[in-house]
Amino acid sequence: MNENTKIKVEHLDLYIGKQHILKDINIEIPENKLTIILGPSGCGKTTLLKCMNRLTDLYHDVKINGSIFIDNEDVLHTKTDVTEIRKKMGLLSQRPFPLPMNIYNNVAYGLKISGRRNKKALDARVENYLKQVNLWDEVFDRLHEPASKLSIGQQQRLCLARGLAVDPEIILADEPTSALDPISSETIERKFEELKQQYTIVMVTHILRQARRIADYVIFMYMGEVIEQGPAKEFFENPKMERTKAYLQGAFN
Amino acid sequence: MLKKIEEIFFRSLMLISNLLIVSVLVIILYSIFRKGLGALNWEMLTQRPHGGYYYGKEGGVLNAIVGSLYLSFGATLLATVIGVPVALFMNVYLVKRRKILNFIRFLLDLIWGVPSIVYGAFGFGLMVFLGIKTSLLAGIITVTLFILPIMIRACDEILKTSPLGLLEAALSLGSTKTETSFRVVLIQSFSGIVTAILLSFGRAIGDAASVLFTAGYTDSIPTSLNEPAATLPLSIFFQLSSPVPEVQNRAYASAVILIIIILVISLLSRALSKKYHKNRI
Ligand SMILES: Nc1ncnc2c1ncn2[C@@H]1O[C@H](COP(=O)(O)OP(=O)(O)OP(=O)(O)O)[C@@H](O)[C@H]1O
Ligand SMILES: [Mg+2]
Repeated sequence: MNENTKIKVEHLDLYIGKQHILKDINIEIPENKLTIILGPSGCGKTTLLKCMNRLTDLYHDVKINGSIFIDNEDVLHTKTDVTEIRKKMGLLSQRPFPLPMNIYNNVAYGLKISGRRNKKALDARVENYLKQVNLWDEVFDRLHEPASKLSIGQQQRLCLARGLAVDPEIILADEPTSALDPISSETIERKFEELKQQYTIVMVTHILRQARRIADYVIFMYMGEVIEQGPAKEFFENPKMERTKAYLQGAFN
Repeated sequence: MLKKIEEIFFRSLMLISNLLIVSVLVIILYSIFRKGLGALNWEMLTQRPHGGYYYGKEGGVLNAIVGSLYLSFGATLLATVIGVPVALFMNVYLVKRRKILNFIRFLLDLIWGVPSIVYGAFGFGLMVFLGIKTSLLAGIITVTLFILPIMIRACDEILKTSPLGLLEAALSLGSTKTETSFRVVLIQSFSGIVTAILLSFGRAIGDAASVLFTAGYTDSIPTSLNEPAATLPLSIFFQLSSPVPEVQNRAYASAVILIIIILVISLLSRALSKKYHKNRI
């Protein structure tokens, strides 16, 4: 395994019923970099992301072969508790799903379930994480209002803060800006560029321009297969595969 | 033009059916209150039946009011404690087991349709088997069995509407399935669960057939789970079958009491669930 590889996927196949959704996926995701998974709709990006934190466990009639190594531990065949694996990864979904509680408790939730109950310490951490995602100034005077009252962009940042609060090593983000307006999207993008100093970020998108702006490493998928992967510069300037070239020229849109 | 006629047609159809339902309800309530309010007095609420009550002499139905409350609270509590976790289990642990889930739902729907007198008979059989007498306890157990499928299925229907993304969000924060069930999914659906509990409570307090052989009937107020207990529906039934017109009117008064109890309980629980409702996503 490469020195700086955080996540390594080997011969991953995933079937739902008789449908072959992911086909022999082999990828290496570098540590402390922003990796973008690109590809047209329905190619399996979300499914690949959910494999990594085992949310695929919730799927009906699913069969998975292969391995996903995170820090040399195969998360698909681990003896460790799945909840421990999931704590290593923060997940941002396409649409924000705040928890049905107030803003404060959304951020404190992860801390509380891992047994931290000291009120002062909690307050400090909640403030800290809300500041990290640039949300504090907008909500500090209504921390005890329902999170559902926030705008979608604010909710997405809240979900990011909530994910960061459990102290993950990896951030999995599934089109985190797709429901947001351009300004909120930019906030998230810039946040990610900052966060990659500390976290390994894997982000799904099908916005090419976004990928060009922020990617360090790119994985291009098509119909359940990984067609090409590599450092962003190489990928965008010198794509090797015909499919990649066609995609970059907008042939699929 | 055709669209407009269609629109008007269906709108009036909905309006008519709504009016129909409301007016039937109003007629029922009106006739109960008209006959019942006259007979309703302080004595009805605060006294047990004395010797001559069923011939139109003094006394009240306090025995049945207290008995009904004991019985339906007991049964609703038991059914909630069993039923809500079962429904959560179905919707958090079994989400991926669609076949098993559909089978359970099908079974529950089947037992939901079983008439309550069958539960009464079953409860009686159980009592004989366990060697317990006609008592509050036997009544509570039987009514619990009777409302359990209603409770589970009603909660299940509510929990089914909780978005999968919320479940995923909670799990990916590292909460176990149990934590996810009780701290997230349950809160999200809280007001719906309260409605499900109310529905079950209504069935519990309103049913006569399941308690006939199991809780029995008595003029005294039970002081322990081993004593028999009177219930309002049975009390209504006995008073209605009396040839004395005064006693018949007291049946309606008892019905008024029953309706008011249900009304108060549902208003209270709605107020309670509001607190959680505002947090729903
Ligand atoms: N729970 C599921 N049950 C059955 N099929 C599924 C399920 N989830 C995904 N699929 C199928 O797997 C394939 C890949 O879906 P996935 O959601 O991973 O695509 P995607 O690349 O994320 O697409 P998009 O960009 O539209 O989000 C699709 O053909 C989809 O129909
Ligand atoms: Mg997707």
